[in-house]
Amino acid sequence: MKATNSMSMTFSALSENEAFARVAVAAFVAQLNPTMEELTEIKTVVSEAVTNSIIHGYGEKYGDIYLHCKIVGDSIELVVEDHGVGIGDVEMVRQPLYTSRPELERSGMGFTIMESFVDEFDIESVVDRGTMLRLVKRIRTPQSATHHEV
Amino acid sequence: MKVQIETLNRGSMMIATLHGELDHHAADNVRGTLDREIEATRTKCLLLDLRGVTFMDSSGLGVILGRYKKMQALPGEMVITSLSKSVERLFEMSGLHKIMNIYKDRETAIQALKEVAK
Repeated sequence: MKATNSMSMTFSALSENEAFARVAVAAFVAQLNPTMEELTEIKTVVSEAVTNSIIHGYGEKYGDIYLHCKIVGDSIELVVEDHGVGIGDVEMVRQPLYTSRPELERSGMGFTIMESFVDEFDIESVVDRGTMLRLVKRIRTPQSATHHEV
Repeated sequence: MKVQIETLNRGSMMIATLHGELDHHAADNVRGTLDREIEATRTKCLLLDLRGVTFMDSSGLGVILGRYKKMQALPGEMVITSLSKSVERLFEMSGLHKIMNIYKDRETAIQALKEVAK
């Protein structure tokens, strides 16, 4: 059996790192031969998850974000974790257009976008301890595209 | 990565073209620049050209929705043009395409904005 290929990184919860995180994950996922559309979807969900940890998890406080990425068969499993304030009502934040911080001009679409772009989506959160998002996305590349590897 | 904003004043109309990745990190700068230009030119018609936007997420939607509300409050008008396929999908997913006027190309958008401004 092939060993599982995984990647983990820890970075400061600063908005400068949003682009870094999505580009790093996209580069790691490239080995699955995703389409441009799938790659854009992956970059978007990473961006949404990391932005949530920065804005809502840590607010204006300093903290670290832990990102784990694993290739399981033809799927990519992503875990984004913070040790921030946590989410009181998980069902509420999943509602489209919901935002806990309307003063920031948020669209309230972050969770809706994440749910639409992946195949599995779970939230685990404990108030004052942190939040962990787990996302799984299957890469639906036609088999013929991978037949000519050398 | 900074979003570059080019603004062009055409009569009472302001055309703002965005280039770059419109995420939460870029949002403050885009909001600040557009609001300053809107106030300085006192324009009532804003055309947002997204042809150079190579990445966007819900933070970008938030900034665009915010500028739309600001223009409506003046009262003024804002239209959007030149969305990439992935940006267009975000607008559809969020329902914003039903609220805002979106045009395929700049010329159509300019004509439409002239009509509503009459």
